[in-house]
Amino acid sequence: MVPLGHYLILSAILFATGTLGVFLRRNVITMLLSIEVMLNAVNLAFIAFGRTIGSADGQVIMFFVVTVAAAEAAVGLALVIALFRHRETLNPDTFTSLKW
Amino acid sequence: MATDLLLFYLFGGVAVLASLLVVLRRNPMHSVLLLIVSFAALAALYITLGSPFAAVIQIIIYAGAIMVLFLFVVMLLNAHKEDEDLAAAPKGAAGPLRAGALLGVVLAVELVWALVKAGGTRDGALAAGASPDVTALGDVRELGRLLFTDYAFAFEVTSILIIVAMVGAVVLAKREI
Repeated sequence: MVPLGHYLILSAILFATGTLGVFLRRNVITMLLSIEVMLNAVNLAFIAFGRTIGSADGQVIMFFVVTVAAAEAAVGLALVIALFRHRETLNPDTFTSLKW
Repeated sequence: MATDLLLFYLFGGVAVLASLLVVLRRNPMHSVLLLIVSFAALAALYITLGSPFAAVIQIIIYAGAIMVLFLFVVMLLNAHKEDEDLAAAPKGAAGPLRAGALLGVVLAVELVWALVKAGGTRDGALAAGASPDVTALGDVRELGRLLFTDYAFAFEVTSILIIVAMVGAVVLAKREI
């Protein structure tokens, strides 16, 4: 059986990759994708912990995280469409009308 | 024993590589398709963790529903060629970009360091304290019982969340209501 630490380190690497994507990309869609990568890293950690303590709770929480991710994707993509309709671009640097 | 580790490194490597490419590719279409590869590798890891239900959820909902939604939007907005205007971005953007990359790397190192540091003590204790019954974990009946008893309230709140998200998406994306 693979030790828990291996899964946690993999989860950390995936989470950092997602963070990197949010920082680096200049495209709203790719930033949303990076958030999905981060959510998946968290899911992996939950399931690895659940396996280690021998409880199914990890899987239940993963189920809820997937639901929240679906809702987030739906609202986020609707926002992207609304923004694109107004500005004809996906570059977040151009959405500055709320900047003070 | 060795096959377990081998499978972990195989699918873990695929997941990390695909996720890195998701972040680094310029074309959002490639990013979406590579993210599906990453999800598939993670689903395989869930199976090695004795959670076939989580693996199936991952494939059907994530790779199936959510990624199709993303693909739809990428095609709808015709956004295949991102960052054409990156060159036209303000000159000061390079500094924050480098700082962001640095922050991401620091986060990765910090997380791995903390986990390795804690792993020596807690991993052993966790593994010794509980005897993981892997066959029971994969039992979908047990999962359903948990969802509708211990987590019944959270489950019902989830349905409200989905309705709110649905109405919100329609309101936001519609031209005029």
